[in-house]
Amino acid sequence: MSHAEQQSRSLEEVKISFQDVTKRFRVREGRTVSEFTAVEGVNLDVRPGEFMAVVGPSGCGKSTLLDLLAGLSEPTSGQILLDGKPISGPGLDRGIVFQQYALFPWRTAQANIEFGLEAKGYGVKERRDWARHYLELVGLAGFENRYPHELSGGMKQRVAIARSLAFDPEVLLMDEPFAALDAQTRESLQAELLRIWERTGKTILFITHGIDEAVYLGQRVAVMTARPGRIKRIVDIPIDKRSEEEDIRSGAEFGALRHEIWSELRTEVQRSQALRQELGSGSGTKKAR
Amino acid sequence: MSLNKALAAGGLAGGKADVGGAAVVGARIKAASAKVVRSTAAIAGLAAIWELAPRLGLVDATFLPPLSKVIEAWWELAVSGALLEHFQASIMRSVSGLLLAIAFAIPLGLAIGYYKPAAAFLNPLLELFRNTAALALLPVFILILGIGETSKVSIVLYACSWPILLSTVNGVRNVDPLLVKSARSLGISPFKLFLKVILPASLPSVFTGIRLAGASSILVLIAAEMVGAKAGLGYLINYAQYNFQIPEMYAGILTISALGLLINQGLIAIERKFSGWKTGPDR
Ligand SMILES: Nc1ncnc2c1ncn2[C@@H]1O[C@H](COP(=O)(O)OP(=O)(O)O)[C@@H](O)[C@H]1O
Ligand SMILES: [Mg+2]
Repeated sequence: MSHAEQQSRSLEEVKISFQDVTKRFRVREGRTVSEFTAVEGVNLDVRPGEFMAVVGPSGCGKSTLLDLLAGLSEPTSGQILLDGKPISGPGLDRGIVFQQYALFPWRTAQANIEFGLEAKGYGVKERRDWARHYLELVGLAGFENRYPHELSGGMKQRVAIARSLAFDPEVLLMDEPFAALDAQTRESLQAELLRIWERTGKTILFITHGIDEAVYLGQRVAVMTARPGRIKRIVDIPIDKRSEEEDIRSGAEFGALRHEIWSELRTEVQRSQALRQELGSGSGTKKAR
Repeated sequence: MSLNKALAAGGLAGGKADVGGAAVVGARIKAASAKVVRSTAAIAGLAAIWELAPRLGLVDATFLPPLSKVIEAWWELAVSGALLEHFQASIMRSVSGLLLAIAFAIPLGLAIGYYKPAAAFLNPLLELFRNTAALALLPVFILILGIGETSKVSIVLYACSWPILLSTVNGVRNVDPLLVKSARSLGISPFKLFLKVILPASLPSVFTGIRLAGASSILVLIAAEMVGAKAGLGYLINYAQYNFQIPEMYAGILTISALGLLINQGLIAIERKFSGWKTGPDR
């Protein structure tokens, strides 16, 4: 079954479903405890095999959404369904790729990739074979025995992607994975991610604050509002020549979509800046970190 | 001639570290030995001053005999077997105290660091003990445990435990939360998380503590041996001074330096084996 077939067949199905999800944090300031709403009433459906990009101003709750979906924290209200079932905690059906790679520095590239396979209970040989396979998939064959500090940023992120793919999760959650990379490395990793997505058929939820990145990668782009984060709009990206050689980014259609999202975001960024200034003057809840 | 011997002790320690190393470690040690060669110049300078100052009458040769005299005394002590006996007594005490401290303080530190309530509860106590100089408690140890081996090993154990304990607690507390999050997102059990993430991530900090402990093990031991002992390098120095055998006293001091170097180099070699993935000039 080709990727396109798979997708059209499952058009009505929903892989991930955020249903009126709200997350509040308790923030302690001296003796007073206040509530802080990070995301509010988020509704978002992601189809099986879909590449969904989420853009929003920084601090709008993108990572919070991802944590919720990963099962690392629970929503204050609302629910998140994965294959129609509420999420009950972390699990190997979802893989996360973080901006800061989060590789274990004491493990070689291969041993890092094996980590999830160990959690899955695979034997030594099986782990090694799969680790090699995924290292090859991300273009790092021959780097098995390198430690993270011996790899460049781009290579580290490739290892991190391989690690998350290796235990074969159905959903890949990526939290601004390319934000720390230089422009050239970022572009080549974006192209490669699309290639990997097409080959593996994973459902990908890709968080970014880059509009270009969102338009280039996503089949749909969810635009979030400033804090408290909600889904403001979902923009369809009908460009479908991703794996071809030509420079999609310079096309007119790309430019138009880019501008559309940019306009949506601009007001949000202004709002979030205004919010920040307000907080800076000392009233209300403070940004806690 | 005399200079060569003085350096032999330092060279010995460097050689020991070389033996156990893997290929990668070997390269690093090679770089380190280049550094040793460079710093040899300073030691040679000190040796020359030590030799010449008493001979030229700049200092009283009675209180600071020329280095060659000290080496001579050292050689006599070595040949007679007395030096080895004292050296063995000291190294046995300091190494067993250190090993006991490692066995005791690492598990305790891991537990305290991992269980937040334990940390909150025990922290004030730890601070209090840490700031009580081990040597101030020496009379207490002697009072309770006598002047035998038990009290000496115990005071070393005591002095070594604090740096190891505190570094271990710190190590566990400062594990990169992102690594924990990343592992937790796979749904692994808290025990596996501890074993596969917390423990290896805190290892470098644990080793820092062990190295600090290695240094204080000797410091405390020598003082303990000076107060009450029938063997050991601290005893040798004290005894020699008491009997006005000044060259022997200095010979003992030089041997203690060698012992310190030996223990430190040994610990560094072990550390490299366990945390070779960590880079940085200070390791
Ligand atoms: N554990 C937490 N406790 C309190 N506030 C938090 C916590 N995690 C995130 N926040 C706050 O929630 C808001 C959204 O954070 P985040 O999801 O990281 O934003 P983004 O990823 O979009 O930049 C931020 O203002 C942040 O300070
Ligand atoms: Mg974020």
